Amino acid sequence: MSIRTIRVTRGGVGESPRRVDGVPKVTGQFQFGSDLWADGMVWGHTLRSPHPSARIRSVDVSKALASPGVACVLLAADVPGKKTYGLEFADQPVLAWDRVRYAGEAVAILAASDPETARRAADKITVDYDVLPAVTDMEHALRTDAPRVHDFGNVLRHVRIEHGNPAAAADVWVDGYYETGMQDQAFLGPEAGLAIPAADGGVDLYVATQWLHVDQEQIAPCVNLPTDKVRLYLAGVGGAFGAREDVSMHVHACMLALRTGKPVKIVYGREESFFGHVHRHPSRIWMRTGATRDGRLVHVRARIVVDGGAYASSSSAVIGNASTFAAGPYEVANALIEGTAVYTNNPPCGAMRGFGAVQVCFAYEAQMDRLAKALGIDPVALRAQNALKTGSILPTGQVIRGSAPVREVITRCAAIPLPPHDAAIAARSRPDPLLLPGGAGNVSRGERLRRGVGFAVGYKNLAYSEGFDDSAAVRLKLFKTPSGPAVEVHSAAAEVGQGVHTILAQVVRTELGVDHVVLHPADTQVGSAGSSSASRQTMMSGGAAQLACAAVRDELFERVRQHAGSRLHGDLSLTGGLVLLAGRPLASIEEFLDAPIEQTRVYHHRRTTPVDAKGQGDPHVAFAFAAQRAVVDVDEELGLVRVVQIATAQDVGRAIHPQHVYGQIDGGTAQGLGLALMEEIQTKDGKIRNPSFTDYLIPTILDMPVVEAVLVEEPEPGVPFGAKGVGEPSTVVSTAAIVAALRDATGRALNRVPVRPDELVGLSPPARSAGPPPSPDVPGPKPVPYYIGLATEQP
Amino acid sequence: MLIRARVNGEWRTADVWPGASLLFVLREHLGLPGSKNACEQGECGSCSVWLDGDLVCACLVLAAQAHEREVRTVESLAQDQTLHPVQEAFLETGAVQCGFCTPGLIVAVADLLTRDPSPGEMEVREALSGNLCRCTGYQKILDAVKLAAGRMRRLT
Repeated sequence: MSIRTIRVTRGGVGESPRRVDGVPKVTGQFQFGSDLWADGMVWGHTLRSPHPSARIRSVDVSKALASPGVACVLLAADVPGKKTYGLEFADQPVLAWDRVRYAGEAVAILAASDPETARRAADKITVDYDVLPAVTDMEHALRTDAPRVHDFGNVLRHVRIEHGNPAAAADVWVDGYYETGMQDQAFLGPEAGLAIPAADGGVDLYVATQWLHVDQEQIAPCVNLPTDKVRLYLAGVGGAFGAREDVSMHVHACMLALRTGKPVKIVYGREESFFGHVHRHPSRIWMRTGATRDGRLVHVRARIVVDGGAYASSSSAVIGNASTFAAGPYEVANALIEGTAVYTNNPPCGAMRGFGAVQVCFAYEAQMDRLAKALGIDPVALRAQNALKTGSILPTGQVIRGSAPVREVITRCAAIPLPPHDAAIAARSRPDPLLLPGGAGNVSRGERLRRGVGFAVGYKNLAYSEGFDDSAAVRLKLFKTPSGPAVEVHSAAAEVGQGVHTILAQVVRTELGVDHVVLHPADTQVGSAGSSSASRQTMMSGGAAQLACAAVRDELFERVRQHAGSRLHGDLSLTGGLVLLAGRPLASIEEFLDAPIEQTRVYHHRRTTPVDAKGQGDPHVAFAFAAQRAVVDVDEELGLVRVVQIATAQDVGRAIHPQHVYGQIDGGTAQGLGLALMEEIQTKDGKIRNPSFTDYLIPTILDMPVVEAVLVEEPEPGVPFGAKGVGEPSTVVSTAAIVAALRDATGRALNRVPVRPDELVGLSPPARSAGPPPSPDVPGPKPVPYYIGLATEQP
Repeated sequence: MLIRARVNGEWRTADVWPGASLLFVLREHLGLPGSKNACEQGECGSCSVWLDGDLVCACLVLAAQAHEREVRTVESLAQDQTLHPVQEAFLETGAVQCGFCTPGLIVAVADLLTRDPSPGEMEVREALSGNLCRCTGYQKILDAVKLAAGRMRRLT
């Protein structure tokens, strides 16, 4: 055997290789859900309720059905199986019957030869509605005289957390009331998929989603097919951010395909997309924070209400998160936190990046600034003084076992240099308008600029909580090719842009020393990967890939030993396509691959527990922390804002792909900036008034400042490579940091986001409240639908 | 109605509904789905193409308006197996995440660098302010433009 030089495997863990789906994405060849096409395909279309609450007296589809080019029109009675679906509780009708509970609820679906024909046919469907009173205010929903959204009432879940002594005294108290608006995920690629009827009576669905298997579990009973007859394949996903956790067009496309016997494509337009997915919960938060005179937090009292809209989606988990994170990333000995998610006739709300942690961060960080002011302590120092650390006890009684470098993120963020103070801009005779608030609108000359600096710290749980075992499977095949060994990775993990497929390739390269890694398309032919959400895929699917690699390596080494007999002394290892013995080349890997090696492994995170009636338990797997400092310029006459700089330090455990980590921080910050300054789904009487990108604004490249990010790498013990999820912490903190900077610039209270220009100039008062609503009477700490048997039987 | 346009160098005809947008015809009639439909209102730039050399949102142009004219799409940029320098730069800097805005942005950046080979940061921001990206926060897109501009200047 010839001696060879050992070549290090490239593109492994800790490097930043190019993304595996990059070339098709830059050339336009990548197939997103909306790009799918099949021979003989027809187009599906959805008719939605214009009313937030109504009884359906009758539906007449005869004219639509008689329209040329229309293949079929289906109503609730045509749903072949179970009539409802839902992520946690099956309370949402596939198609409404009898009642509609929000404006935008699907009532009828049809298939036609092309989108325009489908739209026109839908206009010919007559639905006779008896409009009912709607409840569209989250506090009103809790009153006994409110209309009931569901027969069992309007409380979805009430969480109560009692920690320490509820009567504990403090030297200094600050009180605050906060509101956050309904934010949209506003992914660029609208909901889309293609359902193809199969010869075996089943259906193949190609769809843009975050979790193939949870979709499959919901679709199959609705179309009355065994799970293995509803096969899902991941179509290209044009962004997700939580909006693709729930089923949208999935069941509809499958129903139409099974009925017509033809492939059916459904693509939502932008307007329909606003009705086709859940949004970030609007919230109202009352908070009372107490500290000793020397700045030690001693008490947090919080009352949180979030508006879940008409159907449960993941609201019960969102209010669980909001409640358990309400005290912030700080040690506090005493807390009383109550959170309620309510049903209303507003659009359903569910998962969006940050998942309940965003709303409370806005509140608890405003409280920290108030406290700092009341105490005369520097706000950054106050945060560092109270920061959580490993071993700290949370209000749920959970002890932080993993890494918690909270002080580090605070001090490292604060150490990032401030941008030059641009008084010079205002002094210039003709300043570049793009550098002024209002930008290209060219409305400010910079006469009344006020600069402000704000700081915020926040945290987020990684993976699913409260006893949920969201495991991930990966199947690997190590095989021989003419150009050397290669590995195929088969995972159902949804690549939504975050880069999980690239991460899986990196893990395999590092673990098996093989450069050539190919990704099998994600589908339901392999075990569930869990959702691409909750900042969990790097840990979960990355962990499964690492386990599968170990199993493949064991089998390979067994072959090596059998081949060599008893002559081997020393440890075997793999790198650069070679098997090494005691660090020296022994043979090429492919010499042992006459038959491929295949292994599948499932990764489980550590067990967590639900919270009990007093909110006590061990609900979260692990945590990631971030600090941000925002610098803003405000035109105090016009109420216009320019964010000048975001400085941030984020606790990432270990960066598997540093370039993508920075990309997540940048993008997450942009979504937090959006909530701070411009993004809100405006509803009036339950109806969305701005369902378009003309009226729902998201940050442009002119709105985004430079983001100076620092990664704090303190590996999480017991987690593959020590890597923490990185998708959400920046979104959690940036809204709070930017609004803190606006308060600093203007001196105004600004207790509601998004902040409007008229609030910045003092034309509108801060959001007010007469006080929190009383606690609802509920059977226990679980969501109410659980007690009435609506729980789904999903993994 | 029958329309004829020179699309990516090749004369193509399509029998289209008179109300159809150029974007719909490119995607659904001519098999060129690289241009994306994300807003249908000219707000997001995901459908950016060149019409007689001018950068337009294909969703705002009627297919009929492209009759007897020249259209170039993102599909025209890579030559055989060689990526356009802007495409290469997007990959290298991490400016691609979900990729839905990417074709439109790449067309817009290629257009900018043709007109202005050395744009300053504010010129880049202004030129790309009609292209929405929801994933990247734009930082790495700015990096990509800078990288591509430098390479394209050296090539010419």
